[in-house]
Amino acid sequence: MSQTLQNRASPDAATQLDIYRRMLRIERNDDFTQAQIRRGRITAPYYSGRGQECIPAAISNLLNDDDKICTIYRGIHDMVAKGMPLKPLWAEIMGKVDGTCKGKGGPMHLTHPDTGVMVTTGIVGSSMPIANGFGWASLLDGTKQVTIAYFGDGASNIGAFHESLNLASVWKLPVIFVCSNNGYAEHTKYADATSVDQISKRAIGYGMPGYTVNGNDPVEMWQYANEAIERARAGEGPTLLECRTFRFCGHLLGDDNKYMDPGELDAAKAVDPLPQFRQKLLDEGIATEAQLEEMKAAIEAEVQQAIDFAMESEFPPMDELRRDVFAQEIPA
Amino acid sequence: MSTDTIEMKKTNGQQAVNEALHEAFAADPKVILLGEDCGDKEGGGVTGVCKGLSTKFGDLRVRSTPIAEQSIMGAAIGAAMAGYKPVAEIMLMNFTTVAMDMIVNHAAKLRFMSGGQSQVPLVIRTLTGAGNQTAGQHADCYEAWFCHTAGIKVVFPCFPGDMKGLMLSAIQDPDPVIFIETGMTLFAPGQMPVNQGPIPLGKANVVVPGSDITIVSYGAQMFRVMMALEELGKAGISAEVVDLRTISPWDKETVLASAEKTGRLLVVHEAGRNFGPGAEIAATAQEELFGKLKAPVGRLGAPYCAVPFAKKLEDAYLVQPADIVAEAKRLAAMG
Repeated sequence: MSQTLQNRASPDAATQLDIYRRMLRIERNDDFTQAQIRRGRITAPYYSGRGQECIPAAISNLLNDDDKICTIYRGIHDMVAKGMPLKPLWAEIMGKVDGTCKGKGGPMHLTHPDTGVMVTTGIVGSSMPIANGFGWASLLDGTKQVTIAYFGDGASNIGAFHESLNLASVWKLPVIFVCSNNGYAEHTKYADATSVDQISKRAIGYGMPGYTVNGNDPVEMWQYANEAIERARAGEGPTLLECRTFRFCGHLLGDDNKYMDPGELDAAKAVDPLPQFRQKLLDEGIATEAQLEEMKAAIEAEVQQAIDFAMESEFPPMDELRRDVFAQEIPA
Repeated sequence: MSTDTIEMKKTNGQQAVNEALHEAFAADPKVILLGEDCGDKEGGGVTGVCKGLSTKFGDLRVRSTPIAEQSIMGAAIGAAMAGYKPVAEIMLMNFTTVAMDMIVNHAAKLRFMSGGQSQVPLVIRTLTGAGNQTAGQHADCYEAWFCHTAGIKVVFPCFPGDMKGLMLSAIQDPDPVIFIETGMTLFAPGQMPVNQGPIPLGKANVVVPGSDITIVSYGAQMFRVMMALEELGKAGISAEVVDLRTISPWDKETVLASAEKTGRLLVVHEAGRNFGPGAEIAATAQEELFGKLKAPVGRLGAPYCAVPFAKKLEDAYLVQPADIVAEAKRLAAMG
């Protein structure tokens, strides 16, 4: 029993095209990443966000550059949507010195404060307590900045979720808790590990609005995100958005998916949100085939340039082991 | 610098840290504070160290929190990364265990893991120490855990002037600092300079000069070291006492120079002896001073068990002045 929207504004044509562009950029980036992994050029584990593009794409359309996100190990789609530049992103996932973190964080810990990507955590649930700190800072600064805490359905069962929602509600923080419910916590089915049929119901216990949203529907996703973000900017406090979606590549790339029901993955892929949204844009005359192909070619060129940049970048020098432990370098 | 040229005042650690916080809040609008019961309405923290802050600087800068340590540390980390200098009170050191993910995986590591983009300039104030019959979940000295975590500094002062001076430095330090307090260090009567300013982190203090043995300690254990000196003096043993003040990074230069001078080194702490800070100091001393010491490095610390409840057991658990006297005599008799 999810609560209903107060304000059902709808995304205009330009907004829908922007959301699609963000989704396509995520999907193309993911596809190129998988290709590089197959070629042996990336050796780190990869947690693909394929299938979940719509959620951060719709949200990021509503965010300003100075709004912040705290995300998780399956979070490259959140960062690409927010606008993290692809060259340092690619250099980081290849462990190179020109990476966002100088090759010291890797794909699970990409950080880029210039575009508001503040924290990427490899610990389930830990994006939320930290997001509250950014929310507190916004209140102290007197700005209308908002912070998005991205996490998965598995994280809604960890203590950090409950502590964070309680504090955000008590302090009326401008934080939006965005749960991508992809049906699985690692290999465990949602229903086998979660006490409620909708995570949004948990919002009631913390005195905040909670919505279960079709996270694969760009228009609906945008509408609910719009309400949550407006509410946060108006000083009315946090919102929990449970966004129903599916991950197409399992927990970890290379997953054998044996824990899934037969046919479950194929059924999800049959309603892949990306081609569906593309068709909607064409049907409604929001874009032409030629425009969308041109968009795709431009994105692919951008991703390829980023890969070339990362390949040419050097590995970090050994003295990086002594740097950034503290502000002051540790003496050799 | 001799103390007779400095105007001193009677005080204690609680007043000293409170004074440091008031000065830091007045000087820098980015300094903020949070923790259980920290507002004046709730008593200004469990030991009253935060008294007056919320009244003077407002409820938005000084926030009482739910009993939710992960949430306290997470809020401190986010605010620190957004440019603030939070002081987070974790009521008791045993409660840091509830927030270890935030402290160890995030506060300590985000600067390194982000390649220097993230800064987490926060202070964790926390209380501990055996001696009040609070048993095994309210009294542990876990400083070694944090010393073993790259990216967080560990401060455990004893005397009021050091408590104020190190708190002022900890707040302005660009990195996370855990600042450990005890009932004894907060409430034992003492004195400090009227105009006590910041004291740099990572610097030990030779509290008592001596010639026969160097005794290194810190925190509340310093009081029990000082209580051993009279007995050692009677035995004709001149002990040089070094108060480490900051455990990580520790002041190797001062400790090793003193040990080389006296030829003997004894490390004493309330924390467990096994894998305790004394082990690191002893190992460093044997590496750097091999062949120069007259006796093996001595280490005194708590036995390998939880802090016990029964008073007699608790007394035996703690390293008492008599234990320090006995061990110092044993080492002094060698060489």
